[in-house]
Amino acid sequence: MEWRHKHLLGLEDLTREEILFILDTAEGFKEVSRRSVKKVPALRGKVIVNLFFEPSTRTRISFELAGARLSADVLNFTGSTSSTQKGESLADTARNIEAMGVDILVVRHSCAGAPHQLARKVSASVVNAGDGAHEHPTQGLLDIFTIRSVRGSLEGLNVAIVGDIGHSRVARSNIWGLQKLGARVFAVGPATLVPRTLEELGVTVCHNLDQVLPEIDVFNMLRIQRERQDHGLFPSIREYSRLFGLNGERLARAKPDVLVLHPGPINRGVELTPDVADGPRSAILNQVTNGLAVRMAVLYLISGGGGPGVQAAH
Amino acid sequence: MSRLLIRNGHVVDPANGHDGPADVLVVGERIEAVGVDLPADGADVIDAGGLLVTPGLIDMHVHLREPGKEEEETIRSGAMSAIAGGITSVACFPNTEPAIDSEGEAEFVVLQGKRAHHANVFPVGAITLGLEGKQLAEMAGLARAGALAFSDADRSVESAEVLRRGMLYARMLDRVVISHCEDRTLRGAGVMNHGVVSLRLGLPGIPNAAEEIVMARDITLARITDSRLHVGQISTSGSVELLRLAKADGLRVTGDVTPHHFTLTDEKVATFDANYKMLPPLRSAADAEALVAGIRDDTIDVITSAHAPHAPEEKDVEFPHAPFGVIGMETLFPITYTELVRRRGLPLSQVISKLTISPARVLGLDAERGSLRPGAIADVSVFDIERERTVDASTFLSHSRNCPFNGISVRGTTMHVVVGGRVVFRDGALASAPEPRR
Repeated sequence: MEWRHKHLLGLEDLTREEILFILDTAEGFKEVSRRSVKKVPALRGKVIVNLFFEPSTRTRISFELAGARLSADVLNFTGSTSSTQKGESLADTARNIEAMGVDILVVRHSCAGAPHQLARKVSASVVNAGDGAHEHPTQGLLDIFTIRSVRGSLEGLNVAIVGDIGHSRVARSNIWGLQKLGARVFAVGPATLVPRTLEELGVTVCHNLDQVLPEIDVFNMLRIQRERQDHGLFPSIREYSRLFGLNGERLARAKPDVLVLHPGPINRGVELTPDVADGPRSAILNQVTNGLAVRMAVLYLISGGGGPGVQAAH
Repeated sequence: MSRLLIRNGHVVDPANGHDGPADVLVVGERIEAVGVDLPADGADVIDAGGLLVTPGLIDMHVHLREPGKEEEETIRSGAMSAIAGGITSVACFPNTEPAIDSEGEAEFVVLQGKRAHHANVFPVGAITLGLEGKQLAEMAGLARAGALAFSDADRSVESAEVLRRGMLYARMLDRVVISHCEDRTLRGAGVMNHGVVSLRLGLPGIPNAAEEIVMARDITLARITDSRLHVGQISTSGSVELLRLAKADGLRVTGDVTPHHFTLTDEKVATFDANYKMLPPLRSAADAEALVAGIRDDTIDVITSAHAPHAPEEKDVEFPHAPFGVIGMETLFPITYTELVRRRGLPLSQVISKLTISPARVLGLDAERGSLRPGAIADVSVFDIERERTVDASTFLSHSRNCPFNGISVRGTTMHVVVGGRVVFRDGALASAPEPRR
């Protein structure tokens, strides 16, 4: 198959085949990370700018390293030094940066749709590195990649996304990607954070973690933002953790081969107890490693790379 | 006195039950006669053969931004934009800077409207000072200066008691209160309709209930004060039902809808284009259907543009940061006609009534305007309803371009417009030079 997309804005827009194509391409790049010289010349001479209007450490570092391993020149632009605070519009900022000759803009923004609006205004490729509560496609891809590398296939798996689904871009990208690859998605959390409307997307909504616990093959535990409590969306962290936290006792009642994911950073003792986070069922650090390979694959494909196997020729 | 004969048109004048070929004779500033084969007798003649002739349209909900944001619209550019849309009278809302909350401010609007000398410009006065929902504005002074109605524009009067007093005052002055129905706590940070689309896009939603809860309250207040209430920009099926019930109860409650709410849905927001961001937001397809059903069974009385100009630099930002509102005077007739008459098969006369005599009645203008009755002021519009064309916002006379219909195909082109017996728009163009944009 041939890669047709100039941008990666969300998993909602991709077909099952396209998602599998990215995952297969990432498999090839995972091998690069194991070499002593962890670099391929695939994007030599290309310029990538990480345009981050919202604080992020791990996603930015992951994209930075992914670009470096592809031999691209990578620059970082962060919100704290941004000219947007001086009243310059998003579009003007992006056009100014683009005028320096940029091939790929990796965009993180607190507003849903900001990367989509930019993609219409610039000639560079745009990768969405998280837009508001909308999508975080590379996170969705790396979660799916991680599940696939353990279980072989997503087909027929029961995946529970636990937490603040309503405000989570990670949840949305997971929902699209997982469903396209044949998994059944459960959305678990308090009624104020897990809207019933999710059922219209084909998701099973559940407000009782213990009820679905025995059926679940994969738990994706979302980070709970403490400001949601400040806004009164749930009564307390303590109660949240009691109802929806994953601990050793709950894990003992889950399937023996259950897999535990978390997009990070973890609130230890809230979403996960330390024994679960660091235990044998946790794939959290694999997610981070795999994130690199997935982001290399995405940067490679949208800049016109061929796909699985092709980079082996470099 | 000057004589003008609009000859051979298809005249639709719902107030007088007229729907057929006729000539319209204007003498001075008033309608002299409507009939077949009227003599020209040296009159200026407009040939309306093959064209639709209606009373001048009345748009009872526009924002002309003067004073305060003249770069987005002035009363003059707005009055010209109205004419380009076949609209001869507008009621402009008081959320300007400063707000139209005093006799002097209302007089300014009236004066600027007279200076503009195009569409008739009528102010809507504020219910409360500064639209803050606390202290009543001097409503009698506003009425004396020409305010036809009272409204706190895009804000609901949060306190039921303050609104109750405002309604009592409006009743004393024989004016209508126009409510924007919205519970601010349910809107919260919402920027679009609450539903499966907002869920998909991760944008905060505004539920239908935000409108319906306040509308139910305002209807109850109209009941206990025995006053006239007009609900602006109805957007949900539940609101249509509330209006239907209020009318069945014999209350003096009316309501309007906009073309964007009955033709577009929240799916448009998936483009993240802020020209689809307005308040109330574009709702679901089921809501849009309910609005059309409400127009068809006359639950909904009036169609307005809710013309809300915004500068491009304000709209061309991240969707959540863009202001609410779209322009609409130059698309009010074509979109309404194309959707309701051509596509949905509603009777032309019924649709024209909601753009002419019906808003005239709500605003208390019906003795003089909204019909072609002999003796009425000669506000007349002539449209070509056969030729298909593409909406091109770059040609609008409005100073703003935030139009959600740009590029779509419509029927309904303004050909000639007469205001008070004076031809201000002829052969598809303004008779005088348009107001230069900034």
